[in-house]
Amino acid sequence: MTEKSSFTIVDGGRVTAVGEAEGAALAKQAETSGRPVAIDLDERAACFGISAAVRAKALASLEAPDFTLPDLDGSPHSLSAQRGKKVLLVAYASW
Amino acid sequence: MITVAIDKSADDARPWIEAANPTHPSLIDTTHVLADLYNIVNVPTILWIDERGRIVRPNDVAFGTDTFKHITGLRAATHLAALRAWVRGETTVLPEARIRALQSLPTDDDQRARAEFGLGEWLFNRGRTEAAARHFAKAGELAPHDFTIRRGTMPMRGIDPMGPQFREMLGAWVKAGNPYYRPLAE
Repeated sequence: MTEKSSFTIVDGGRVTAVGEAEGAALAKQAETSGRPVAIDLDERAACFGISAAVRAKALASLEAPDFTLPDLDGSPHSLSAQRGKKVLLVAYASW
Repeated sequence: MITVAIDKSADDARPWIEAANPTHPSLIDTTHVLADLYNIVNVPTILWIDERGRIVRPNDVAFGTDTFKHITGLRAATHLAALRAWVRGETTVLPEARIRALQSLPTDDDQRARAEFGLGEWLFNRGRTEAAARHFAKAGELAPHDFTIRRGTMPMRGIDPMGPQFREMLGAWVKAGNPYYRPLAE
Protein backbone atom coordinates (compact mmCIF):
# COMPACT_ATOMS: atom_id res chain seq x y z
CA MET A 1 0.00 0.00 0.00
CA THR A 2 1.36 3.42 -0.90
CA GLU A 3 1.48 6.29 1.58
CA LYS A 4 -1.07 8.17 -0.52
CA SER A 5 -3.74 5.52 -0.17
CA SER A 6 -3.50 5.38 3.62
CA PHE A 7 -6.13 6.74 5.94
CA THR A 8 -5.63 7.70 9.60
CA ILE A 9 -8.05 6.93 12.41
CA VAL A 10 -7.75 8.82 15.69
CA ASP A 11 -9.61 6.96 18.41
CA GLY A 12 -9.22 7.74 22.11
CA GLY A 13 -5.52 8.58 21.93
CA ARG A 14 -4.75 5.73 19.53
CA VAL A 15 -3.73 6.68 16.00
CA THR A 16 -4.00 3.93 13.40
CA ALA A 17 -3.11 3.98 9.69
CA VAL A 18 -5.36 1.83 7.52
CA GLY A 19 -6.18 1.58 3.83
CA GLU A 20 -8.69 4.06 2.45
CA ALA A 21 -11.43 1.47 1.89
CA GLU A 22 -10.91 0.01 5.35
CA GLY A 23 -11.00 3.51 6.85
CA ALA A 24 -14.35 4.21 5.20
CA ALA A 25 -15.71 0.87 6.41
CA LEU A 26 -14.52 1.49 9.98
CA ALA A 27 -16.03 5.00 10.00
CA LYS A 28 -19.35 3.59 8.83
CA GLN A 29 -19.19 0.87 11.46
CA ALA A 30 -18.44 3.39 14.23
CA GLU A 31 -21.35 5.58 13.15
CA THR A 32 -23.71 2.60 13.00
CA SER A 33 -22.72 1.70 16.56
CA GLY A 34 -23.74 5.21 17.66
CA ARG A 35 -20.34 6.81 17.93
CA PRO A 36 -19.78 10.39 16.73
CA VAL A 37 -17.39 10.45 13.77
CA ALA A 38 -15.54 13.46 12.39
CA ILE A 39 -14.11 12.84 8.96
CA ASP A 40 -11.93 14.76 6.52
CA LEU A 41 -11.68 13.08 3.12
CA ASP A 42 -9.14 15.59 1.77
CA GLU A 43 -6.88 14.97 4.75
CA ARG A 44 -7.69 11.23 4.72
CA ALA A 45 -8.37 11.17 8.44
CA ALA A 46 -11.20 10.54 10.87
CA CYS A 47 -11.69 10.86 14.60
CA PHE A 48 -14.06 8.52 16.45
CA GLY A 49 -15.58 9.97 19.61
CA ILE A 50 -17.64 8.51 22.43
CA SER A 51 -21.44 8.66 22.31
CA ALA A 52 -23.45 10.98 24.51
CA ALA A 53 -25.33 7.94 25.85
CA VAL A 54 -22.14 6.31 27.12
CA ARG A 55 -20.77 9.50 28.67
CA ALA A 56 -24.12 10.51 30.21
CA LYS A 57 -24.65 7.08 31.75
CA ALA A 58 -21.20 7.14 33.34
CA LEU A 59 -21.67 10.64 34.78
CA ALA A 60 -25.18 9.90 36.07
CA SER A 61 -23.79 6.88 37.97
CA LEU A 62 -21.81 9.47 40.02
CA GLU A 63 -18.72 7.23 39.83
CA ALA A 64 -16.05 9.79 38.95
CA PRO A 65 -14.64 8.69 35.56
CA ASP A 66 -10.98 7.75 35.94
CA PHE A 67 -8.36 9.41 33.77
CA THR A 68 -4.60 9.40 33.36
CA LEU A 69 -2.85 12.57 32.24
CA PRO A 70 0.78 13.74 32.22
CA ASP A 71 2.32 16.45 34.38
CA LEU A 72 4.84 18.99 33.04
CA ASP A 73 7.59 16.36 33.08
CA GLY A 74 5.43 13.89 31.18
CA SER A 75 4.89 11.60 34.20
CA PRO A 76 1.39 10.09 34.17
CA HIS A 77 -1.02 10.57 37.09
CA SER A 78 -4.42 8.95 37.60
CA LEU A 79 -7.45 10.07 39.55
CA SER A 80 -7.78 6.54 40.94
CA ALA A 81 -4.43 6.93 42.76
CA GLN A 82 -6.20 9.44 45.04
CA ARG A 83 -8.77 6.87 46.25
CA GLY A 84 -9.21 7.19 50.03
CA LYS A 85 -8.74 10.95 49.88
CA LYS A 86 -11.20 13.72 49.14
CA VAL A 87 -10.33 15.32 45.81
CA LEU A 88 -10.94 18.81 44.53
CA LEU A 89 -10.69 18.46 40.75
CA VAL A 90 -9.96 21.76 39.02
CA ALA A 91 -9.99 22.29 35.26
CA TYR A 92 -8.38 25.56 34.20
CA ALA A 93 -6.52 26.97 31.21
CA SER A 94 -4.04 29.64 30.18
CA TRP A 95 -6.63 31.17 27.83
CA MET B 1 -6.40 18.15 44.82
CA ILE B 2 -5.75 17.63 41.14
CA THR B 3 -5.45 20.50 38.69
CA VAL B 4 -5.75 19.99 34.95
CA ALA B 5 -4.78 22.60 32.37
CA ILE B 6 -6.93 22.29 29.24
CA ASP B 7 -4.38 23.82 26.87
CA LYS B 8 -2.83 23.16 23.47
CA SER B 9 0.56 22.32 24.96
CA ALA B 10 2.35 21.84 28.27
CA ASP B 11 4.33 24.99 27.50
CA ASP B 12 1.15 27.09 27.49
CA ALA B 13 0.45 26.04 31.10
CA ARG B 14 4.08 25.90 32.23
CA PRO B 15 4.46 29.51 33.54
CA TRP B 16 1.43 29.14 35.82
CA ILE B 17 2.47 25.73 37.12
CA GLU B 18 6.07 26.77 37.71
CA ALA B 19 4.96 29.92 39.53
CA ALA B 20 2.58 27.95 41.77
CA ASN B 21 5.07 25.09 42.29
CA PRO B 22 2.26 22.81 43.49
CA THR B 23 2.63 19.68 45.62
CA HIS B 24 -0.55 18.14 44.15
CA PRO B 25 -0.69 16.50 40.70
CA SER B 26 -0.78 19.34 38.19
CA LEU B 27 -1.66 17.84 34.83
CA ILE B 28 -1.92 18.84 31.18
CA ASP B 29 -4.81 17.86 28.91
CA THR B 30 -4.07 18.80 25.30
CA THR B 31 -6.63 16.41 23.78
CA HIS B 32 -9.61 17.25 26.03
CA VAL B 33 -9.67 13.86 27.74
CA LEU B 34 -11.08 15.44 30.91
CA ALA B 35 -13.53 17.70 29.07
CA ASP B 36 -14.92 14.65 27.24
CA LEU B 37 -15.25 12.47 30.37
CA TYR B 38 -16.80 15.19 32.56
CA ASN B 39 -18.64 17.27 29.96
CA ILE B 40 -16.53 20.32 30.81
CA VAL B 41 -17.43 23.25 28.55
CA ASN B 42 -15.54 26.14 30.14
CA VAL B 43 -12.89 26.96 32.70
CA PRO B 44 -12.62 27.12 35.57
CA THR B 45 -14.71 24.04 36.30
CA ILE B 46 -14.44 22.29 39.65
CA LEU B 47 -15.82 19.01 41.03
CA TRP B 48 -15.68 17.40 44.45
CA ILE B 49 -14.90 13.68 44.52
CA ASP B 50 -15.10 11.76 47.79
CA GLU B 51 -12.87 9.04 49.28
CA ARG B 52 -14.80 6.34 47.40
CA GLY B 53 -14.33 8.06 44.06
CA ARG B 54 -17.91 9.34 43.94
CA ILE B 55 -18.89 12.74 42.54
CA VAL B 56 -20.41 14.66 45.45
CA ARG B 57 -20.42 18.07 43.80
CA PRO B 58 -20.89 18.13 40.03
CA ASN B 59 -19.38 20.63 37.58
CA ASP B 60 -19.39 24.05 39.19
CA VAL B 61 -17.61 27.35 38.67
CA ALA B 62 -15.21 28.51 41.38
CA PHE B 63 -12.16 30.72 41.39
CA GLY B 64 -9.15 30.49 43.69
CA THR B 65 -8.83 34.27 43.89
CA ASP B 66 -11.03 37.34 43.45
CA THR B 67 -9.14 38.52 40.33
CA PHE B 68 -12.26 38.14 38.15
CA LYS B 69 -14.89 38.90 40.81
CA HIS B 70 -15.85 42.17 39.12
CA ILE B 71 -16.81 40.17 36.01
CA THR B 72 -18.14 36.95 37.49
CA GLY B 73 -19.72 38.14 40.74
CA LEU B 74 -18.23 35.01 42.36
CA ARG B 75 -16.24 35.36 45.59
CA ALA B 76 -13.43 32.84 46.02
CA ALA B 77 -14.07 32.71 49.77
CA THR B 78 -17.58 31.28 49.34
CA HIS B 79 -16.37 28.12 47.60
CA LEU B 80 -13.28 27.87 49.79
CA ALA B 81 -15.36 27.91 53.00
CA ALA B 82 -17.74 25.24 51.66
CA LEU B 83 -14.78 23.14 50.52
CA ARG B 84 -13.05 23.40 53.90
CA ALA B 85 -16.23 22.41 55.72
CA TRP B 86 -16.63 19.36 53.48
CA VAL B 87 -12.98 18.30 53.88
CA ARG B 88 -13.23 18.64 57.67
CA GLY B 89 -16.43 16.61 57.73
CA GLU B 90 -18.44 19.52 59.11
CA THR B 91 -21.11 19.33 56.40
CA THR B 92 -22.95 16.61 54.61
CA VAL B 93 -22.93 16.56 50.84
CA LEU B 94 -26.01 16.96 48.65
CA PRO B 95 -28.27 13.92 48.27
CA GLU B 96 -27.50 11.85 45.15
CA ALA B 97 -30.79 12.75 43.50
CA ARG B 98 -29.95 16.43 43.94
CA ILE B 99 -26.43 15.96 42.57
CA ARG B 100 -27.89 14.26 39.48
CA ALA B 101 -30.42 17.07 39.07
CA LEU B 102 -27.57 19.60 39.08
CA GLN B 103 -25.51 17.67 36.53
CA SER B 104 -25.34 18.78 32.93
CA LEU B 105 -25.07 15.71 30.70
CA PRO B 106 -23.64 15.78 27.17
CA THR B 107 -25.86 15.75 24.08
CA ASP B 108 -25.17 14.05 20.75
CA ASP B 109 -24.06 17.40 19.33
CA ASP B 110 -21.67 17.94 22.27
CA GLN B 111 -20.03 14.61 21.46
CA ARG B 112 -19.98 15.28 17.72
CA ALA B 113 -18.28 18.58 18.52
CA ARG B 114 -15.68 16.73 20.60
CA ALA B 115 -14.98 14.34 17.71
CA GLU B 116 -14.53 17.37 15.40
CA PHE B 117 -12.19 18.88 18.00
CA GLY B 118 -10.24 15.61 18.19
CA LEU B 119 -9.74 15.56 14.43
CA GLY B 120 -8.80 19.25 14.41
CA GLU B 121 -6.31 18.81 17.24
CA TRP B 122 -4.64 15.89 15.45
CA LEU B 123 -4.47 17.83 12.18
CA PHE B 124 -3.06 20.90 13.95
CA ASN B 125 -0.23 18.87 15.43
CA ARG B 126 0.55 17.50 11.94
CA GLY B 127 0.97 21.07 10.69
CA ARG B 128 -2.40 20.99 8.86
CA THR B 129 -3.44 24.31 10.37
CA GLU B 130 -6.11 25.30 7.85
CA ALA B 131 -7.78 21.91 7.82
CA ALA B 132 -7.69 21.93 11.62
CA ALA B 133 -9.39 25.34 11.74
CA ARG B 134 -12.29 23.99 9.63
CA HIS B 135 -12.94 21.24 12.17
CA PHE B 136 -12.61 23.60 15.14
CA ALA B 137 -15.17 25.89 13.47
CA LYS B 138 -17.54 22.98 12.87
CA ALA B 139 -17.12 21.89 16.50
CA GLY B 140 -18.00 25.39 17.66
CA GLU B 141 -21.15 25.38 15.54
CA LEU B 142 -22.23 22.03 16.98
CA ALA B 143 -21.62 23.13 20.59
CA PRO B 144 -21.70 26.94 20.75
CA HIS B 145 -21.71 26.81 24.58
CA ASP B 146 -18.43 24.87 24.65
CA PHE B 147 -15.74 27.45 25.25
CA THR B 148 -13.02 24.83 25.77
CA ILE B 149 -13.53 24.48 22.01
CA ARG B 150 -14.53 27.97 20.87
CA ARG B 151 -12.04 29.87 23.01
CA GLY B 152 -9.58 27.08 23.80
CA THR B 153 -8.79 26.52 20.11
CA MET B 154 -8.18 30.22 19.42
CA PRO B 155 -4.41 29.84 20.05
CA MET B 156 -4.42 27.07 17.40
CA ARG B 157 -6.17 29.37 14.92
CA GLY B 158 -3.81 32.31 15.36
CA ILE B 159 -6.37 34.22 17.41
CA ASP B 160 -5.63 35.94 20.72
CA PRO B 161 -7.98 34.24 23.25
CA MET B 162 -8.08 37.49 25.28
CA GLY B 163 -8.33 39.76 22.23
CA PRO B 164 -11.04 41.49 20.21
CA GLN B 165 -12.30 38.30 18.53
CA PHE B 166 -12.88 36.70 21.91
CA ARG B 167 -14.64 39.81 23.22
CA GLU B 168 -16.81 39.88 20.10
CA MET B 169 -17.76 36.21 20.55
CA LEU B 170 -18.47 36.74 24.23
CA GLY B 171 -20.52 39.86 23.54
CA ALA B 172 -22.71 38.08 20.99
CA TRP B 173 -23.16 35.11 23.33
CA VAL B 174 -24.19 37.22 26.31
CA LYS B 175 -26.38 39.51 24.20
CA ALA B 176 -28.33 36.45 23.04
CA GLY B 177 -29.16 35.80 26.69
CA ASN B 178 -26.60 33.08 27.39
CA PRO B 179 -24.39 32.99 30.48
CA TYR B 180 -20.63 32.60 29.97
CA TYR B 181 -20.23 31.03 33.42
CA ARG B 182 -22.83 28.68 34.84
CA PRO B 183 -22.22 28.30 38.58
CA LEU B 184 -24.53 25.95 40.49
CA ALA B 185 -27.41 27.65 42.25
CA GLU B 186 -26.62 25.96 45.60
